[in-house]
Amino acid sequence: MTFLLALAAGALFAAGIYMILRRSLVKILVGLLLLGYAVNLLLFNSAVLVPGRPPLIPAGQTVPPEISADPLAQALILTAIVISFGVTAFVVVLIRQAYQVVGTDDLNEMRCTDIPCEDSELKDGKEGGA
Amino acid sequence: MNRKPEKLQRSLLLPVAARYLMPLLLIFSIFLLLRGHNEIGGGFIGGLVAASALMLYAIAVSPAALRSLLPFEPRSLVAVGLLTSLISGLIPLFAGRPFLTGLWLKTEIPVLGKIGTPLLFDLGVYLLVVGIVLWILLTLAED
Amino acid sequence: MTSFLLSLTGGLLAALAAPWLTRRFPKRSGWLLALAPLGILVSLMNLLPALRNGESPSVSLAWAESLGLSATFQLDGLGALLAALVAGIGALVLIYGGAYLSGHPNLTRFYVVVLLFMTAMLGLAVSANALLLFIFWELTSITSFLLIGFEHERPAARAAAWQALLVTGGGGLALLAGFILLGNLTGSYEIPQWIAQKEVIAASPQSTAAFLLILAGAMTKSAQFPFHFWLPNAMEAPTPVSAYLHSATMVKAGVFLLARLLPALGGLPAWQGLIPWIGLATLLTGALLSLGQADLKKLLAYTTVASLGALVMLLGINTPLSVKAAMVFLPAHALYKGALFLVAGGVDHAVHTRDIRDLGGLGRAMPLTAAAAGLAALSMAGIPPFFGFIAKEVVYESALGAPALAAWVTALTILANIILAAAAGWVALAPFWEKARKDLHPHEGGAGLWLPPLILAALGLVSGLLPELAAKNWIAPAVSSVLGKPYEVKLSLWHGLNLPLLFSLITLLAAVLLYTLRVAARSADADAWQHLARFGPAAMYARGLKGLLSFAALQTRLLQSGYLRVYVLFITLFTVGMALPPALLSMRALPPAVWTGVRFYDVILVLIIVTAAFFVVRATSRLATIALLGAIGFSIAILFLLYSAPDLAMTQFAVETLTVILFVLVIYRLPKFSRLSSRPARLRDILIAGLGGLMMTLLMLVVSYHGQDSRLASFFMENSLPKAYGRNVVNVILVDFRGFDTLGEITVLAIAAVGVFALVRGAAKRKGERHE
Repeated sequence: MTFLLALAAGALFAAGIYMILRRSLVKILVGLLLLGYAVNLLLFNSAVLVPGRPPLIPAGQTVPPEISADPLAQALILTAIVISFGVTAFVVVLIRQAYQVVGTDDLNEMRCTDIPCEDSELKDGKEGGA
Repeated sequence: MNRKPEKLQRSLLLPVAARYLMPLLLIFSIFLLLRGHNEIGGGFIGGLVAASALMLYAIAVSPAALRSLLPFEPRSLVAVGLLTSLISGLIPLFAGRPFLTGLWLKTEIPVLGKIGTPLLFDLGVYLLVVGIVLWILLTLAED
Repeated sequence: MTSFLLSLTGGLLAALAAPWLTRRFPKRSGWLLALAPLGILVSLMNLLPALRNGESPSVSLAWAESLGLSATFQLDGLGALLAALVAGIGALVLIYGGAYLSGHPNLTRFYVVVLLFMTAMLGLAVSANALLLFIFWELTSITSFLLIGFEHERPAARAAAWQALLVTGGGGLALLAGFILLGNLTGSYEIPQWIAQKEVIAASPQSTAAFLLILAGAMTKSAQFPFHFWLPNAMEAPTPVSAYLHSATMVKAGVFLLARLLPALGGLPAWQGLIPWIGLATLLTGALLSLGQADLKKLLAYTTVASLGALVMLLGINTPLSVKAAMVFLPAHALYKGALFLVAGGVDHAVHTRDIRDLGGLGRAMPLTAAAAGLAALSMAGIPPFFGFIAKEVVYESALGAPALAAWVTALTILANIILAAAAGWVALAPFWEKARKDLHPHEGGAGLWLPPLILAALGLVSGLLPELAAKNWIAPAVSSVLGKPYEVKLSLWHGLNLPLLFSLITLLAAVLLYTLRVAARSADADAWQHLARFGPAAMYARGLKGLLSFAALQTRLLQSGYLRVYVLFITLFTVGMALPPALLSMRALPPAVWTGVRFYDVILVLIIVTAAFFVVRATSRLATIALLGAIGFSIAILFLLYSAPDLAMTQFAVETLTVILFVLVIYRLPKFSRLSSRPARLRDILIAGLGGLMMTLLMLVVSYHGQDSRLASFFMENSLPKAYGRNVVNVILVDFRGFDTLGEITVLAIAAVGVFALVRGAAKRKGERHE
């Protein structure tokens, strides 16, 4: 199973890297999400995979079961999943905002920060007129 | 407002289902939070379930309806959650223990089981997660 | 000793008081500030009897004891000699500077930096801890940088300041590395410890590396060939600075360092094998290049380079006699060269030129300056009864005792001295007593301008007439501390008829001849020097600096394109290049893929993930992309569920749901998918991404094959219930064991939410404003 998971993670990494190399902002967002999945799988696969043995101490017992999944890797992934939601939300809004302001999602065209290029020119013109 | 929720509003089944599902899911989320220390669940999961329940309502009925249901701003929930977690970490300082040391009451309380600062910490996580999800999604839905 | 250390703070206090004093007493500020170094000098004199008896008082202050560091100050004969020069000449330079820069808008800055430099230099003289010494060493480099660039409006001054800082700063780094090597070798940074452990040092193969690094530091600081070029350029500094830092004191720091470490490192074969030749090369370079200089200050700078070379050569020869010669020559040179620089400044101040071809006939109008010049020049030329004569005699005596090729060393030293003696005449005699070539209107400046050089030059005469006084009080303690044993120094003007006296005579006669010949030779030679300079180390420095800058520009253009994909491209390629080959190599050790325990739904889930990943790349519709991403997310959630991670599965399900809601809310505001890259770019990216994916797969296989460290996992499993009263270990880790991490993570979440809110509301607000 380790082999299969490694294969799946590799495919996700490859797809993620390819998408993050694009010029379009939306595709970069997709790449980011794919890389997030890939990293979670990587973390998951770094611990021993055991089916049907969650890291719980059964009720009524005081000692942990002899075999169980790795709780630390799971704790790491759990926060990673929630954080990636926060990051995704932020990036989505950032892209939406950038697209609205600049009017393009082509990274090559995004040469101005904050203020749209034509806006700043307009402003200059106004000041010159006044 | 977005086109999508408007379209959904025409379906009668979803709003009705959401109205009944939401309280149930909220109770379930609190259940997940409280038993999280011993069984599957916890602040993160509970918070996400609660937020999903509320957002289901917002999409099925309307974001404004959800707003009117909520007695508080989502962002104050974020602040309260973060502060709760922080305070749970500060309490041990008064007992002369390091920051975030878990302190537990000796006796068990019926229903809730053992009570300690980690539970308070988890409650903070729960509130914060509900808060940020609602804050982000409602901001977008109302924009 | 404590009182002496306390007196050092007088320099700092004076630096603090300087701005006020300069405003309150604009004419007398230099004289007043000179009281600080004079106080230090007096406090030093009080310690002289102890030093003469071979004591070396020390004070150790706790610094960073956990690192085994302490600020240890120790005053010995060597330190006292340097400290006396620093404080004494410092006082004169403050007086002189006050007059020379009188009315200059930045006079205060001059005072402050000179006083800081003086304190740093004194600290250097009394440091017994190598790291403490290094700090003072660097402080002198920095103050030197500030003073060379004193007139920072001029590009030449800025360039010279940078050059000096880069060369001496680079050497300083080498010095630090050398110190650290020695520190590791001996387990201490106390220099007396190094001396005590010199056998340990000599036996270690690292000692040569440490020696070479320290030597590099000393060579750059003391302007040794091939690093000598920064010193003549440093003449951009105001003349009092040149006299003080770049002739009398700071450039002696390298010589001082070599003398300080001679007891510890002098036994290394490289010491005698290398240092004398560096010194000799510098001596010759400085002397020969001084022939082509028409600027008084540059001419003096090259002769200073030559003298520094002689000092280094003497320490390199490393016989008791040569050490004695170095300790005699060091103060002799400081006295006459300091005086000559101040004279050059006085000339510049009076007639606003330093070009020797224009100067002449100043003697009548400036008798006191001329007297100072004459006295100093006679000492420099090595004419009895001046101190310079005695110094030159012992230098010749030591050269005869050089460890290898003594005859050559002596002959070349004589050659260099002939040129230096002629240069002395050129600096001091020609401007004052030859016929003027230009219409000059000289006038004698105030006492601040002629008294300091006169005092320095007169000291050269007094020391020559009463050599025993200097020998007993200053030279003997210094030589004893360098040699590490009491050493009696006898100095006298008359040694009888011997070889050094003969050499002195030859030097003088040849110098007179050279002096008279050079009148014609000077201007004709100018072009030849230009050609020579093209092959010198200064040109190499310039080329190197230019190369470095263009390399920096090139790599910035290449790597810092501003395009995200270029950064990702380089990072991925670099990582793949580093990790893929070893991963491939270790693949051979792996067993063939094991298919046991694989269930059919595992295969199906992985197939869904791989297929969705493939189609997501090709997708052109936003909805399809969201659906495919959801498929991947839900498949992973099911994988979590199957492999004992129910908490993860629930979290992933919830987050997937919320992510879909998120996309639904914004999808129509997002740009459509457009294909922007060209076909070759896409093919290139497919290749890179494929390699990246392959690397990650292989790494994961290698890691899992080598087995996981389960110590952490079992710690958490075993302690969860007894220590944290929780049965869900994942949750216990989140809220208890690693609660601090979780607190950080929820803070990040809160910040992300604030960011989203600010972006949306901020944009809406701006939009509203724009419409108004």
